[in-house]
Amino acid sequence: MTMLNVGRPTRPEAVEMDTHTSLNGGRGLLQDEGLLFEVGRPDRTGVDLEPAELDASDLGDLVRTAPIGLAGLSEPEAVRHYVRLSQKNHAIDLALYPLGSCTMKHNPRLNEKMARLAGFADLHPLQPQSTVQGALALMDRLAHWLKTLTGMPAVALSPKAGAHGELCGLLAIRAAHESRGDAARRRVLTPTSAHGTNPATAAFVGYQVTEIGQTEDGRVDLADLAAKLGPDVAAIMVTNPNTCGLFERDIVEIARLTHEAGAYFYCDGANFNAIVGRVRPGDLGVDAMHINLHKTFSTPHGGGGPGAGPVVLSEALARFAPAPWIVHGPEGLRLEEEARGEAADAFGRMSAFHGQMGMFVRAYAYMLSHGADGLRQVAEDAVLNANYVKARLQGAMTPAFPVGPCMHEALFDDTWLEGTGITTLDFAKAMIDEGFHPMTMYFPLVVHGAMLIEPTETESRAELDRFCEALLALAQAAKAGDVDRFKGAPFLAPLRRLDETLAARKPRLAWHPEPTAVAPAPQVIE
Amino acid sequence: MRYLPLTPADRSEMLAVIGAASIDELFADVPQAARHVDLFDLPLHAGEIEVERELARLAARNRPGGAGPFFCGAGAYRHHVPATVDHLIQRSEFLTSYTPYQPEIAQGTLQVLFEFQTQVAVLTGLQVANASMYDGSTACAEAVMMAQRVTRRKGAVLSGGLHPHYAATTRTIAHAEGMDINCLPAAIDAEAAVIAAIGPDTACVVVQTPNVFGVATDVTAIGEAAHAAGALLVVVTTEAVSFGLLKSPGEMGADIAVAEGQSIGVGLNFGGPYVGLFAAREALVRQMPGRLCGETVDADGRRGFVLTLSTREQHIRREKATSNICTNSGLCALAFSIHMSLLGEAGLRGLAEINHSLARELKAALETVPGVEVLSPRFFNELAVRTPVPAEVLVESLLADGIVAGVPFARLDPTAGLDDVLLIAVTETVTSEDIAELAGALKRRIAA
Repeated sequence: MTMLNVGRPTRPEAVEMDTHTSLNGGRGLLQDEGLLFEVGRPDRTGVDLEPAELDASDLGDLVRTAPIGLAGLSEPEAVRHYVRLSQKNHAIDLALYPLGSCTMKHNPRLNEKMARLAGFADLHPLQPQSTVQGALALMDRLAHWLKTLTGMPAVALSPKAGAHGELCGLLAIRAAHESRGDAARRRVLTPTSAHGTNPATAAFVGYQVTEIGQTEDGRVDLADLAAKLGPDVAAIMVTNPNTCGLFERDIVEIARLTHEAGAYFYCDGANFNAIVGRVRPGDLGVDAMHINLHKTFSTPHGGGGPGAGPVVLSEALARFAPAPWIVHGPEGLRLEEEARGEAADAFGRMSAFHGQMGMFVRAYAYMLSHGADGLRQVAEDAVLNANYVKARLQGAMTPAFPVGPCMHEALFDDTWLEGTGITTLDFAKAMIDEGFHPMTMYFPLVVHGAMLIEPTETESRAELDRFCEALLALAQAAKAGDVDRFKGAPFLAPLRRLDETLAARKPRLAWHPEPTAVAPAPQVIE
Repeated sequence: MRYLPLTPADRSEMLAVIGAASIDELFADVPQAARHVDLFDLPLHAGEIEVERELARLAARNRPGGAGPFFCGAGAYRHHVPATVDHLIQRSEFLTSYTPYQPEIAQGTLQVLFEFQTQVAVLTGLQVANASMYDGSTACAEAVMMAQRVTRRKGAVLSGGLHPHYAATTRTIAHAEGMDINCLPAAIDAEAAVIAAIGPDTACVVVQTPNVFGVATDVTAIGEAAHAAGALLVVVTTEAVSFGLLKSPGEMGADIAVAEGQSIGVGLNFGGPYVGLFAAREALVRQMPGRLCGETVDADGRRGFVLTLSTREQHIRREKATSNICTNSGLCALAFSIHMSLLGEAGLRGLAEINHSLARELKAALETVPGVEVLSPRFFNELAVRTPVPAEVLVESLLADGIVAGVPFARLDPTAGLDDVLLIAVTETVTSEDIAELAGALKRRIAA
């Protein structure tokens, strides 16, 4: 979800390493590739269109006369451009991708194939509803699975990603308070360890954010929560399993205290994959929870989206759900698109259409493939794999919470790096040279130099061992004083460490035709 | 289970390494009352064949756009997407990577985003664009809230030509932040009423061109009036192909331009995922929502790209962020960018010209249908027409002829009293024969 080297822009340090260099500056078969605007031309195209006999006289001065500034590529050039660029990315298809809280698991290709069936992909959101009964049925079944797995009575499918789902949940909570004429509730409580989206969303909805403290063992501090709850609190937002990878043991008590104070319990469902099939959030007293279909149900992350963030709602919040939703009528399924009649309490609309249908198809195919038994196994294997990684690494690295099991991710702090001169960031960058994507670092904020490892259930034991052995070897190197290996890392990636400070100080956010201060990468000769 | 590599033997050996007697021990923190021993009441796992069968059955109960003449638009357009686009976005390294937080091993995604931002900037005629929003409607809501931050004013005027679902989305989200959203009544020439609605607390005016009725308008005068009152001009475009023929928002004085990018590369997908385009004047960049990719150098001085200005974003600024957005529409932005680079300048212009020519052909054909009145004076590829019977009835009856005739305006806004308005769009996927078939069927159905 939100993982980054929080607040720590990287800046390369001067560490040199002898390497063989090619004559043209390239790196063998890993081709350098110029920008589209350098390799393309305005008069080149990769599509054959019959020229229209244009008569735009009716448009008058609305017609664009100046050049737009686009570059074009023929089809073979386009294929090379993007394939060359793709080779500079790491991907879950290449190796374990242990970004804690992000759930990088295998993306089944069957789901891609299903989403591309013309009967789903070639549907217009506003074509007559009688012509999309199968699509509505799929949404209805997806809703049934989500409600059953969470033990919640209602679900809003339309939110487009996790943070959009948080927004949906808080808007429903706000509408519920307003419906009782309770306008005094202006605060939302979140733990210090929360995802950044939680406080950002609360502020988006016009709430003030108050942090709740954390206990020594990485859970919500009940006493602090009780002290901060009051008639001015609209909701609490708690992630469970939490961002330390731990189950909130007192979750039922947290819900009870919250409800007693007249507030609602928003659960950040980013980590639902750890408990799916075994625990229903509805049994824990949750009022609203988003489900990242791109995490738990494995729709591909696509280099940053699209996601999908349906929100399950309790009985108390169900009638405030946003439009649209599906109703069963005499002539089949119907999409109710307006807040009116029996649905007059709906708080509004989250986006133009009905949500991320392409993601719904993929997630539903994933659910059918796994079934009730497979989904339960997903949670168990995810938790097993994380505990296995924790067990294998704890001799060399320091677990943030050594006592008791973790859930689907193992959290380490940087105590074990003390005195080495190596930071969490350095260690993470050195992982790249060993062939792995770094774990989530410096998050959650409550753990110093945090390293949050989420292996997921789709890793084999052999891959887990390969990963653990790479980290153990690095840990040994760190403790042995092999500092340059870390400070200069990565050495073997397509690029060395990047200057993020320069990027932020002098933002260059688009290509411009004038000569740049930065020397361009060597270009392929055409 | 084909997606789970661990064997029973692996599991017991791993439990031994962990020092746990059973998997249940690892779930010991779950309260007893919430532990489910039995499986939930859902089907058990299924093989590829069974899953394909089930989904094919559901898909067969839908009528795809390609099944016959198809004229729906109203914010989503059925354009042809080159086969190359779908092939390339399924490259593992694009499809199965995460947000590019480790730039050294994400230069592919980052360079694409930089190119995408540049394409969006030149298309909209503005200087900076972000790395995408969820869709056009949420981009519109974000633009209004950005205007509030820039101007420190609480009001927004939404033209009655703005897509009603965009207006509803904006009202829902911006209202929650305490903004006063003035949605003007829906009308074919709604832009005419916008200037009079601007007041001293107006943060921005939001106008769409071509508007939801297909009407293309020069909004320069609205921008001048907004600027004179200290407000920003937000220009919305729901049909991105129109950028190839019409004046850009920037040329008309837009401070912020938002658009739905679905037309390029993405496909219909029953409404999502789509890709929101978001661009602004350079001076406003630090108030922009969402991710921005910027150019820099690596330790060896080689050009590279990183996510930048992240002090605007939720993972750094938390409750002080400019938006709560995290995951955006990365892969759809890639699809947009690939399709746009295949088109190029010449291709986009050519595509836009084809679309406009077909719309002129459509207009001529509709003018031969007794009882149908074309309402849009200047248009790109979509027309609003007045129908002699409720538009919804007409659309339903033409389904029997195998034609999906368009979107009844009442579907978007049932309270506007425009039940007799039908929105009809054409793209390069529509043929002259389709248009003739539509006109013929309309004549028959209206006469009947």
